[in-house]
Amino acid sequence: MTYRPVFISAIFLLVFAVIGTGLVAFTFDSTAERIAENQRRALLKNLNELLPSSRYDNDIFSDILMVHNSELLGTNEPVPVYRARKNGWPIAAVLAPVAPDGYNGNIRLLVAINLDGTLAGVRVIKHRETPGLGDGIEASRSDWILGFNGKSLSNPSKEGWGVKRDGGRFDQFTGATITPRAVVKAVHKALLYFKRNKQHLFERAPKIPTTP
Amino acid sequence: MNSLKNIVRDGLWTNNVGLVQVLGICPLLAVTGTFVNGLGLGLATLITLVASNVTVSMIRKLVRPEVRIPVFVLVIASIVTIIELSMSAWFYELYKVLGIFIPLIVTNCSIIGRAEAFASKNTVGRSFVDGFSMGLGFLLVLVTLGSLREIIGHGTLFSHAHLMFGDAARSMTIHFVSGYHGFLLAVLPPGAFIGLGLLIAMKNVIDKRKEARSEVVQVPGDPAVQAAH
Repeated sequence: MTYRPVFISAIFLLVFAVIGTGLVAFTFDSTAERIAENQRRALLKNLNELLPSSRYDNDIFSDILMVHNSELLGTNEPVPVYRARKNGWPIAAVLAPVAPDGYNGNIRLLVAINLDGTLAGVRVIKHRETPGLGDGIEASRSDWILGFNGKSLSNPSKEGWGVKRDGGRFDQFTGATITPRAVVKAVHKALLYFKRNKQHLFERAPKIPTTP
Repeated sequence: MNSLKNIVRDGLWTNNVGLVQVLGICPLLAVTGTFVNGLGLGLATLITLVASNVTVSMIRKLVRPEVRIPVFVLVIASIVTIIELSMSAWFYELYKVLGIFIPLIVTNCSIIGRAEAFASKNTVGRSFVDGFSMGLGFLLVLVTLGSLREIIGHGTLFSHAHLMFGDAARSMTIHFVSGYHGFLLAVLPPGAFIGLGLLIAMKNVIDKRKEARSEVVQVPGDPAVQAAH
């Protein structure tokens, strides 16, 4: 018995694996920059809706702090905090918490909180909620998410941080309570996180002026 | 041997991937919520089918039978990964919408099915035509189902066209009824199943009619016509 045919087949398979991998690697290499740029631009678009670029002057993308708090930020993974500063002074922080208890799994949010603890705004960046029912949390589908603007831990009070069905101050959608409930809860927790870690969140500034 | 015309007819109608073979219906059912989503996945699948058919046909004399399946899988997986990366680079918004269904094209049985059943036995040209027709057939089903579900579910057509054609296409959206509240069933997965079922049924009805008509045409062929003369 000869091993020659098997050997030839194996070589052939190897050659193909190398060619295939090479082509994929080449494509990856030539598109990586563009893909990163796309992701950056998509994120920037979201960030700019929450914080107009006139409000800060730092490079919000490199002024990132990775934080971890599974209880208040809803995920075991570290999530980024984007820090907005003007003339070196803290203006606002944009947290990226997760609402883990959506109707269809995780809802990823961007929560922009001004230095004084009021919300500059909230956006949903990723979700799998039911189209037509739960997707009203998207800013492009309804104004619901804008209802968070200006809210803080004291406005409404702790009891008010829920959907109306639970005795809170926020509307639910017809036929969908779970989704808004999850978002309200996650935003409230993000505010709590901000309050408890405010000092730490703006630390490690590249340049903080000693006198105003 | 089939003529090219037969290959095209096979792909578009007689042996349609979506309506007759009923292959690859996982992405078919999942993404056809709108016309644009259907078109996006349809084009990606079409390109994959053509590229994999052509490649497999080119190497059909080199590849030994015992390793052909791994080689086909390798070819298809490479092509799909390249398409995925390219889409993410040039149609980022659409890529985000279609999400995991692009990599899943690898597992669309119709692609390896065409490689094995057709491309590995036919010339490059014929394999190209076969891949294109099969892909186009699948695309047409995706687009039809997407349009139907979008019209019934949202009351619109061509919404989110800017994901594919740029900002100029934002105004392409057609609203059929103003203040339409939507019909949720059509948007949800059951609507996709029902819609696909109706499309298959419609195809069968058309086929039956055609069959019946050709029989009717044949009947006066012999005795009646001769009697008239």
